[in-house]
Amino acid sequence: MEKVTTMPQSAEKVLDHAPLFREPEYRQMLAEKKLNFECPHPDQIVTDQRELTKTWEYREKNLAREALVINPAKACQPLGAVFAAAGFERTMSFVHGSQGCVAYYRSHLSRHFKEPSSAVSSSMTEDAAVFGGLKNMVDGLANTYKLYDPKMIAVSTTCMAEVIGDDLRSFIENAKNEGSVPGDFDVPFAHTPAFVGSHVDGYDGMVKGVLEHFWKGSERSQVTGTINIIPGFDGFCVGNNRELKRLLDLMGVTYTFIQDASDQFDTPSDGEYRMYDGGTKIADVKGALNAEATLSLQRYNTRKTLEHCDEVGQATASFHYPLGVQATDEFLMKVSAISGKEIPETIRMERGRLVDAMADSQSWLHGKKYAIYGDPDFVYAMARFVMETGGEPTHCLATNGTSAWEAEMKELLASSPFGQDAQVWAGKDLWAMRSLLFTEPVDLLIGNSYGKYLERDTGTPLIRLTFPIFDRHHHHRFALMGYQGGLRVLTTILDKIFDKLDRESSETGVTDYSYDLTR
Amino acid sequence: MGLDYENDGALHAKLIEDVLSQYPDKAAKRRKKHLSVATSKDEATAEDKGLSECDVKSNIKSIPGVMTIRGCAYAGSKGVVWGPVKDMVHISHGPVGCGQYSWSQRRNYYVGTTGIDTFVTMQFTSDFQEKDIVFGGDKKLEKIIDEIEDLFPLNGGISVQSECPIGLIGDDIEAVSRKKAKEHEKTIVPVRCEGFRGVSQSLGHHIANDAIRDWVFDKEDVKFESGPYDVNVVGDYNIGGDAWASRILLEEIGLRVVGNWSGDATLAEIERAPKAKLNLIHCYRSMNYICRHMEEKYGIAWMEYNFFGPSQIEGSLRNIAKHFGPQIEEKTEKVIAKYRPLVDAVTAKYRPRLEGSTVMLYVGGLRPRHVITAYEDLGMVIVGTGYEFAHNDDYQRTGHYVKNGTLVYDDVTGYELEKFIEGIRPNLVGSGIKEKYPVQKMGIPFRQMHSWDYSGPYHGYDGFAIFARDMDLAINNPVWGLYRAPWKKIKDAPPTAVAAE
Repeated sequence: MEKVTTMPQSAEKVLDHAPLFREPEYRQMLAEKKLNFECPHPDQIVTDQRELTKTWEYREKNLAREALVINPAKACQPLGAVFAAAGFERTMSFVHGSQGCVAYYRSHLSRHFKEPSSAVSSSMTEDAAVFGGLKNMVDGLANTYKLYDPKMIAVSTTCMAEVIGDDLRSFIENAKNEGSVPGDFDVPFAHTPAFVGSHVDGYDGMVKGVLEHFWKGSERSQVTGTINIIPGFDGFCVGNNRELKRLLDLMGVTYTFIQDASDQFDTPSDGEYRMYDGGTKIADVKGALNAEATLSLQRYNTRKTLEHCDEVGQATASFHYPLGVQATDEFLMKVSAISGKEIPETIRMERGRLVDAMADSQSWLHGKKYAIYGDPDFVYAMARFVMETGGEPTHCLATNGTSAWEAEMKELLASSPFGQDAQVWAGKDLWAMRSLLFTEPVDLLIGNSYGKYLERDTGTPLIRLTFPIFDRHHHHRFALMGYQGGLRVLTTILDKIFDKLDRESSETGVTDYSYDLTR
Repeated sequence: MGLDYENDGALHAKLIEDVLSQYPDKAAKRRKKHLSVATSKDEATAEDKGLSECDVKSNIKSIPGVMTIRGCAYAGSKGVVWGPVKDMVHISHGPVGCGQYSWSQRRNYYVGTTGIDTFVTMQFTSDFQEKDIVFGGDKKLEKIIDEIEDLFPLNGGISVQSECPIGLIGDDIEAVSRKKAKEHEKTIVPVRCEGFRGVSQSLGHHIANDAIRDWVFDKEDVKFESGPYDVNVVGDYNIGGDAWASRILLEEIGLRVVGNWSGDATLAEIERAPKAKLNLIHCYRSMNYICRHMEEKYGIAWMEYNFFGPSQIEGSLRNIAKHFGPQIEEKTEKVIAKYRPLVDAVTAKYRPRLEGSTVMLYVGGLRPRHVITAYEDLGMVIVGTGYEFAHNDDYQRTGHYVKNGTLVYDDVTGYELEKFIEGIRPNLVGSGIKEKYPVQKMGIPFRQMHSWDYSGPYHGYDGFAIFARDMDLAINNPVWGLYRAPWKKIKDAPPTAVAAE
């Protein structure tokens, strides 16, 4: 066949992939490639199968899967540990095991935050699989200490080291005895097997590891009246932590963030690369033992850590990613009760402004149906806020949700008329969600970047509000928590609704009578 | 071909000395072998001499604790070689993480109905739990394969991409694959690419190649009428459409691309590969093994080519054409002439904006040499380059590309790369996502050379225009001039980009 001999590309108007491959030359080439070389299924068979995946029959088979997991909304433990370690002063993450994992964690975090992400590996290979990775730990800690000048090295594990049973406590002790790092250098650790739980558990393990390391052998002396705050694994830590600090400062509360990656993942561009920035100071971690209470902002990220705080005698309480009106109320009232500080009038004004905004927009939100997925605490928070706006959280899905989470969700949903038709999907994945969006459709999908495939396949508009967000920039720099955060969530949802309405009513002379100037 | 220039070898030698001085002795000794300053012989012989083997040691274990940029064998097999085969379901077999972090991250473009007849941008995992580690995962794998067949009946085959635990707990994925392949009458490929094997992604490529040899070739009765101009394109993963921008040229010069591995590939394209006349290798590092095998077993010749930038494209097209004789050669000259005005226009537009800009590269196993001439076509100067997972034969091939005095770094560590960049302060760094943000914080423009920073294609003539545009927009964006707060005294500010001579 004679080829098209024109040229789609030009120097005046350079076309990259999106427009380039829509040009006739490429369309023809790809069509011929498919026909002559790919041995494709006939179009009708593909169409039939695609339609089949939208049916109840497929949904039932899909939900009945026992072994195969497709497009899960969770990651593995060490990612959580690396994120946790990034929230302490000059701390280098050292992940013991295969090195490829560390390349993955760093890439994953960098793609979301658009920031550097540092971590090292003990680079274990076949010989270490046979003989154990002690030598890797001994050499590795020495190299990290010398090259990267950390104040603390936080050790976690990949599944390889877990399967062969390397023992971090004794390995670190050995390394210290061999002089890899000074004997009094801080090397907290956490075993973080990838085949147990998810990244939220890795976060839990690492924070607990740090607290145990610094609190071990110390007694609580005088209780200082301060409050410890543990944020949990949060892709919006940059915005959230700063917003919470602002609220706590307004209240005049003394507090310590235990694990705070808000500066580490938001360093300025001024010509200097800061490998380390911000984070909880080691002295503050030590001092945190004497706090009045420890509050976790994400219960399912801190189950073991809070147990430890209980054991040392602190009062504890946990929340589910406090955002919106009532969840923020509860958080602030708890802080007030513990600290004895009043919630100031300025905060009440902020609350009023969020409620005012919700009232202004309620007609656009009432009765809207949502599918929400993400980490357990986030899904809980979002379902609750959606119900505050008169929306219905039709599908609530957490791949790493436990049966305890499921029970808590059901209790929450039962508490509101807007939750009556909601379904909770603990342990299910996003391919299950795909079926659900076809059989029991909703107006809006709340999740992360992975949801874009659901948006494409099912036409459900996606609102990106949780980690990881790879394909939109800078959202994580703004708070979701607190009343101010609620305002941002509200606006983001509304923008999605209005944009869709405008798009659907913009065809000139056909639908544009509804293309209203004021909404 | 290319520009005539020399780099500051003395400065680079000093930088190497400085970074080595910061390591503990044992590590310094090991790292020393991986760092070098390229020395070219006199002009006459420079064409034939690569960097000799003793100049840079490569393909050796990374040192623990130094922040290597490398990945693992799984990344080399699932992420690179197998993942892009579009009509197959690739199971990330083991815990959830590996498949999650590599999900949709290599931009292997393809055409198809995802989830129905194509599966590249999906994450299939066996999501190992503790009980699977304790009792083994073979039963689970059997069930997974059955569930795939049930839910995705149009899949063209399945591959099992082993994660670390598989090889450690003694699972027999080969037996499961054999059994299930027979039962479902499908190609099922077990791949032993556990992440702890080897020293980098590289062994994963090799293992993946061997799996093609052992589990795909000669398994099906391939009905295909071959022609005199049939070629396979091997080792183009169609990042941002690279393979398409290459295919269009190969078709224009009169060749028939009967298979492209593995970007936008179907299993059928791999199965019929032994019937082609010539294998054209883009990524030599990841796919040379299977090409050597096809040469030995089926007598198919192979040839490396380079479609980055007009100088290399022209040279490669002519080399390829020579293999097929005058008819193709004549067409090739016409194609080169056809694109000449585009090349001239692109160069005229962008070269003045880029002339003399210095570039440091650090990529995987091919691009650290392959893209050099494309930069030089735009008047840019390569001052340093290095590979994550190259072998000796790659460094030998690199000698043809780099100029005297070029800084060369193998399996560079985070510390070294930072210090080298700080010391040289190039006008542009081309590397990966982990390197991007530290470099930009220093006020130095950066382009991702694995993902093309979500742009591309960069191959072929169409790609060259995009490449030129992207390098221009990276270097000449006004943001680099805003780093210094005007009230800060100049002496506190870091030096801005070094002006061209």
